Amino acid sequence: MKCHKLAKGFGEGEALVSKDPICFYLVEPKTGIVRERGHNLEGRSVAGKVLVFPSGKASSAVQMDGLVKLLLNKNAPSAMIVNDVEPVLVGSAVLTKIPLVDRLEKEPFESISTGDRVRVDADKGLVHVTKT
Amino acid sequence: MHLSREHEQTLNGEFGSGKQAAMELLVAIGKAFDAPNMIPIKRAHAASSGQEGDLYFVEILAKGGAHCKVITTTNPIADFDYFQKLINITDEHEEASVAWRTKNYYKQIGAVMSQSCIPYLAENIPEYGEHVAFSESSATPYVNSIIGGLTNRESIQTALAAGVIGETPEYGMHLKENRRGTALVKVETNLNDGFSYSLLGQYVGKKLGSGIPVFAGISKRPTIDQYINLCAMMNVTGAVPMFHIPSITVEAKTEQEAFGGNVPKDTIVVTDRELRETSQELQTTTGPVDTVILGCPHYNLDQMGELANLLKGRKIRSGLSFWVNTSATTKLLAERTGYVAMIEESGAHVITDTCIDMFCWNNLRGKTGMTDSPKCAYYRRFGPVKVGTVQECVAASA
Repeated sequence: MKCHKLAKGFGEGEALVSKDPICFYLVEPKTGIVRERGHNLEGRSVAGKVLVFPSGKASSAVQMDGLVKLLLNKNAPSAMIVNDVEPVLVGSAVLTKIPLVDRLEKEPFESISTGDRVRVDADKGLVHVTKT
Repeated sequence: MHLSREHEQTLNGEFGSGKQAAMELLVAIGKAFDAPNMIPIKRAHAASSGQEGDLYFVEILAKGGAHCKVITTTNPIADFDYFQKLINITDEHEEASVAWRTKNYYKQIGAVMSQSCIPYLAENIPEYGEHVAFSESSATPYVNSIIGGLTNRESIQTALAAGVIGETPEYGMHLKENRRGTALVKVETNLNDGFSYSLLGQYVGKKLGSGIPVFAGISKRPTIDQYINLCAMMNVTGAVPMFHIPSITVEAKTEQEAFGGNVPKDTIVVTDRELRETSQELQTTTGPVDTVILGCPHYNLDQMGELANLLKGRKIRSGLSFWVNTSATTKLLAERTGYVAMIEESGAHVITDTCIDMFCWNNLRGKTGMTDSPKCAYYRRFGPVKVGTVQECVAASA
């Protein structure tokens, strides 16, 4: 399905769907595991996953810091799909070179489930989902 | 997105890899938000955090030969000179090294080392109608609402990039139609002090999430520190780039003008009860306090005076540490006014150029803290932190 590029590139992997917004400062960089108490992904790893979530949250200092630390520890997600765009997440994805897209043709929370194989081609504006 | 030949040359690296990185980021943001073109800015403020994410990008700019084109002020990081007399910095070597190197890269690219999270008061003051790029989530709404400058809720990196290029993509808050209110906040309680505005901000941010609130029921013009608290706390619990208090803030004389034809998506009512409940939620611990930390955002001169008068003739009890953070420019005036002497005589420390989310506070880990700032409590680097008025903080230090 079609999508809108926010940060360029290509990434693929297993989908991990979150209904809660994500702040990457609250993800443990050495493991990629979400440590935010009460978060629906608490205890799950984002490393190499295609993350599907509503939006980023919290200030730029921490969001960018979180993604940079994940990148340096090789635990960053392989791609990200969001609904609500704000400049902090877009900027952080561009600088850490993680493909980020929005405006999926079909509502992402309805068309993608955790465990599906997903390919995100931000440059071509396409997302491919293989249901498992 | 329309880009000039100079933009394309910048993207190709013809003016160095630093400017290239800055331009790439700005164009990516512009395209993400369907900006038709870039517009010039007069000034920028980079919310320099002195942490890894900050270092990552400012290092790219510095090593790539980039230099700030317009005045680009900085946020507080840490006053190394002051803290090396108090703590063993080598204990915090990794974080301290990141902070130190970050500071030096900012100097290298020609940023103004204001080291202040209240730059709109002294070091970098936009004009009404001026397009700027201000990060620091507590500063963005102050500029948009109280001054009437126009800025998006920038990240450190996009603000820095804009400072280096001297431009920003034309989207979001740079367009008049995006500056209208989206939610109505009915204030049905008295807002008598700075703390009540902190509670208001904390509550409204949480209920709203993101949007532009229009406040009804505020008849008395807020003081500067009340504005600072409101702007800061709305952005701890929510993402609020701007607000209106019709006939008080600068872009709307009436509620109708504030909404500009928008139908409010939400109506939030704030009574004594909501503020009381918000305050109670912030009492995360009981029992004796080991440390008091004030000045998040940095205290302005009025707040320094209020604190000085509260501490006058008192002594902080032995075993408790008391800190107030402010900007260097504010401290200078506070010294001349006698406030610093009054505060220091009690045993409290007046710190400049420092953020509460920094390595220099790590030795307070495990200690029970108290602050008048919900934002400070949110970032805590120490044990449980409870939040109360500045009077309560002083009382707890006796």
